[in-house]
Amino acid sequence: MIGIVDYGMGNLLSVYSAFDYLGADVTICKHPEDLKDVDKIVIPGVGAFKDCIGKLKSENFQEALNEHVLNKAKPTLGICLGMQVMAKKSYEGGEYEGLGWFDADVVRLHPSDPSLRIPNIGWNEIDFKNDVVVFKGVPQKSDLYLVHSYYMKCNSQLDVVATYQYGQTVTAAVMKNNIIATQFHPEKSQDHGLKILENFINWKP
Amino acid sequence: MSKKRLIPKLQLKTSSYDPNRMVLVVTKKFDQVTEIGDAVSQSKIFQDQGADELIFINIDRENKDIHKLSKIIHKVSEEIFMPITVGGGVTSEDHFRILLSNGADKISINTIAVKDPSFITLTSQKYGAQCVVVSIDYKLDEYNKFKVFTKNGSYNTGLNPIEWAMQADKLGAGEILLSCIDHDGMKIGLELEVTRQVSENVSIPVITSGGCGLAQHFADGYLIGKADAVAAGTFFAQRDQNFMQTRSQIKNAGVNIRVHS
Repeated sequence: MIGIVDYGMGNLLSVYSAFDYLGADVTICKHPEDLKDVDKIVIPGVGAFKDCIGKLKSENFQEALNEHVLNKAKPTLGICLGMQVMAKKSYEGGEYEGLGWFDADVVRLHPSDPSLRIPNIGWNEIDFKNDVVVFKGVPQKSDLYLVHSYYMKCNSQLDVVATYQYGQTVTAAVMKNNIIATQFHPEKSQDHGLKILENFINWKP
Repeated sequence: MSKKRLIPKLQLKTSSYDPNRMVLVVTKKFDQVTEIGDAVSQSKIFQDQGADELIFINIDRENKDIHKLSKIIHKVSEEIFMPITVGGGVTSEDHFRILLSNGADKISINTIAVKDPSFITLTSQKYGAQCVVVSIDYKLDEYNKFKVFTKNGSYNTGLNPIEWAMQADKLGAGEILLSCIDHDGMKIGLELEVTRQVSENVSIPVITSGGCGLAQHFADGYLIGKADAVAAGTFFAQRDQNFMQTRSQIKNAGVNIRVHS
C-alpha cells in the first residue's frame, strides 16, 4: 500500500489518480499514525516552503516521517516541494529548517541568462544518471514538467541523480538509500512521468 | 531552457439542453457560442496527441457555478496527467480551494483581479505564485486603443493591457494569460504587438491566445510575440487540425517545442 501524505497542501488528487490509474493500492494519510499501515510513502506538495514544513510540524508528521522513512526505511518519493522539504534548510521567503534528510539548501533559481523567467514553468529535457532503477525505461533527455522558483542545491553531488539546464545546472532529482525525490512532477508528465511512478511502485531499494 | 508550450483552451458553458451539465464550446469574439462536445473525452484526445497543458474556462455569463465546474475538473484529473489551469468566475479564496482540491494545478483569475488587485497577492502568498494565472482579455476601444475588458469581455476597465500585466507581475502573479477578443475564433492569427510588449516587460511566463488558424500563427506567437506559450480553442476543437502535424510545423519554423514521442 502506498500512502500519500496529506498535510493540507497541494494537489493530492493528481498524485492519487496517477497511482490509481497505474493499478497501485494507494491511500491518503491524513494523520501521522496512518503511516503505520503503508509500506511506501509519497510526499507531494506545492506552495511555500514555510507553510509546508510548518504544517508537517504542527500536524506531528515530522516525527512520524522520520520514524517510517529513516528508521523503518520505507521507500519514499518526494515531489516538488515534497522534495525541497527534505533539505536541511530553505531560503524561500526567509530562513527555514527542513526535514534535513539531504545535505542541501533550497535556494532561488539564478539563471545566467536574465531573460529566463521565474517561476520556470514547462517541459525541460532531463539528464539522468545511469542505472537509477526508478528511471528505468525513461530515455535520456526526456521532457518532464517542472514548475518552480526555488531548487535544491546539494552539498554532496552523490545525492544528485538527475539535472536539467536553465541558465544553470538545476537539480532535477535526488536519491539516497530508500528515498527518491524529484523536482519535476511525474504525475503531470504524461507517459514518461507515469513510467517513473510505475518504477517507484515496483522499487525495492 | 523550458520548451515553448502548446495549450488547448477548453471553454465550458452550461448546456442549453441540460442545465446540470457543462459542455465544450467555441466562440467568435467572445460571442456566437457553438456547442461542440464533451470536455472530458476531448481532453483525452488532447492527452493522446501530446498537448503540453490544458486550460479550462467557464464562460457562463450568469450563475457561474463553481461546483458544476469542479465536477468536470475532478473527472478530467482522474485520467489526464498534465498540468491543468482552471478559471472563469473565480472570485474567492474558497473557489481556489475547491478547484485545487478537485485537480486544478493553476487558477486563472480575471474580473476579480481588476476589481481587487490585492487578491493576486493574497492567493499568491497562500498557494504559491505558480498557482495564480492572471487572465487579461483585451480589445480595441472606440479610439482604436487596446483596453482590458472584464466580465467576459463586456466591461471596459480603461486599463492598458501592458501596464496591467506589469502590475499583476509585481503583485505576485505567476503567469499571464492574454486573450485578444478581436481575434478570438477568427483564425486570422494572434495579436502580436501587445503580446510582445507584455512578454518583454514582465518577468513571469506569458501565454497568448486568440486567433490561431494556421501552424504559422503559433510560430508567430513564439517568435514575434515572444510568448512562452500559445493557447487555442477553435483551432484544436475542429478535428481537421492534426495536433502532431501542427507541432512538427511549429518546430520546423525554428521554435523549441516538445515533439511527443
